[in-house]
Amino acid sequence: MTDAALPDAAVGGTSWHGQATRRPAGSGRKRARRANLLTYTVLIVVAAIILVPLVATALGGFKTLGGLRANPFGLPTEWIWSNYWDILASARYWRMLGNSLIIATLTVSLVLATASMAAFTFAHLRFFGSGFLLNYFLIGLMFPAATAILPIFIRIRDLGLLDSYFGVVLPQAAFGLGLSVPLMRNYFKSMPHELFDAAFVDGCGYAQYFWHVTLPLARPILATVGTVSFVSSWNNYLLPLILLNTETRYPWPLGIMVYQGEFGTDWQLILAFVTLTILPTIIVFFAAQKHIVAGLTSGAVKG
Amino acid sequence: MSLAARLRPAGGATIGRRRGTLSTARRQFGVAPVVFLFLPPALLLFTVFVVLPIGEAGWYSLFNWNGYGAPTEFVGLHNYELLWRTPVFFTALTNNLLIIAVSILVQIPLALCLATLVSNRIAGAVTFRLIFFLPYVLADVAAGLIWRFVYDGDYGLVAAAASLVGVQAPYLLAERGLAIYAILVVVVWKYFGFHMMLFVAGLQTIDPSYYEAAEIDGATRFQKFRSITLPLLAPTLRLSVFFSVIGSLQLFDLVMPMTGGGPSNSSQTMVTFLYSFGITRMRIGFGSAIGVVLFAICVLFAFGYKRTLMRHD
Repeated sequence: MTDAALPDAAVGGTSWHGQATRRPAGSGRKRARRANLLTYTVLIVVAAIILVPLVATALGGFKTLGGLRANPFGLPTEWIWSNYWDILASARYWRMLGNSLIIATLTVSLVLATASMAAFTFAHLRFFGSGFLLNYFLIGLMFPAATAILPIFIRIRDLGLLDSYFGVVLPQAAFGLGLSVPLMRNYFKSMPHELFDAAFVDGCGYAQYFWHVTLPLARPILATVGTVSFVSSWNNYLLPLILLNTETRYPWPLGIMVYQGEFGTDWQLILAFVTLTILPTIIVFFAAQKHIVAGLTSGAVKG
Repeated sequence: MSLAARLRPAGGATIGRRRGTLSTARRQFGVAPVVFLFLPPALLLFTVFVVLPIGEAGWYSLFNWNGYGAPTEFVGLHNYELLWRTPVFFTALTNNLLIIAVSILVQIPLALCLATLVSNRIAGAVTFRLIFFLPYVLADVAAGLIWRFVYDGDYGLVAAAASLVGVQAPYLLAERGLAIYAILVVVVWKYFGFHMMLFVAGLQTIDPSYYEAAEIDGATRFQKFRSITLPLLAPTLRLSVFFSVIGSLQLFDLVMPMTGGGPSNSSQTMVTFLYSFGITRMRIGFGSAIGVVLFAICVLFAFGYKRTLMRHD
């Protein structure tokens, strides 16, 4: 790597201070190069630890069971495409992904709709109990859904929603509110006040203002909250595990566990199945990485 | 981009900073209808599916109940007493503490170290960041299955690597003493990238002129790290510890595909314990008691932590 890529040179070398403080060329450069080499060694080793299990999983799906046993790391000696094709041609694979998509879409819609309205009232109106109610939503951040899972099960059963998409969506969305409401409320509150003054002069009421001004301007925060809700719903395992019992309604995290149970030690099939189920996540992640990383981390930071 | 910057609408940074509620005259206009229309959906949803269930867990925990009919067999604190006498509960508790300890003592320092490396302007830094973050976006269940394969004694990567150097690797997930440590590795693998990203975001908010000034004074790399990076990153670190603890306490999805809490309950966590002793056996009262204990731990920690360490954040 070139010296220009170094942090010291990049920061100091281009500024006036850099000119004055540059170290004697010989030793500094050598030290810098050694540091750089060390940096890359560490980064590559860690990247390998991340990627080797994932790549071996994808490649394992192309092997025969015997091939996997003889050589779990390397390229397959003969590429068994049928492991993958059979899954792609099966209804269960697409049904699982479809179920996950439906549940996640419903969850995101419900969270965005309810949280944005509540956040709007907290951001713009002060009324009896408003401070208390905002803190009330914050308690949702403190404990996982698992703590109340049995009463949730009883409630959903008593509502007759067991084994339905909505039975999963409702508690999932409810647990999403603890983060979404405060996050959106802060965003709405930071929007320029003049907007409302102008809208009000033009005879705009709160509801119209919310619909025509707040929501269109709040797209970044809607995207953040939507991303967090979508990813957590897409990956959720515990709630659907307890609330669904018909396999045709299973979202994919449950589906792969069932598949794994069915095929036991036919690892080549399980690996192909796992690869295909995480593929949508990986594709979307690399396609929209900026938004996803920002959404997931900033969503968390405010929590 | 820092969160503060994200929360600020473009162009609104200098003008229109007047915050708070709308002026008095305007406040009168249509407040009540808005409050009564806009608030109830979220409030209802949250109350019915988050707050009430916690209260009900407390109530159900006083009964011996299999979930059918109404809870009638009142047993007082018997379920808690039973919990106290169940050794697996303490195994689960110890495992959770172990996960918390590893998260704080191994994962966070590792994440911080890597964050400083990928924050440098080196070629490929963005790619490395993405790779490190990748396990975090994968579902825990999928990650668990992948690692079940990695650890598999017959087909797995660890066994193959061990046999290359002529060692017979144990079935890591099938050994009582080893399973939980094998899981710990996966926890770090899965979650360090998230903490690294928090630190990367935190590092970006540090004004580079501090470092320039320190360089003029001849500070070493380590001195810069200790005297500038660490103190300025402290709020992010405190947040990261908070997430580690709350996240560790709810670990479930990752454990299920790897061991399901076994072998012989040695790798149970609080939530897998709740699942296998409360839910699968439909012992609503006992399971609720576990939930209540977990809830108490989470809330006590959250309040205590926010009151003491995060007081100023």
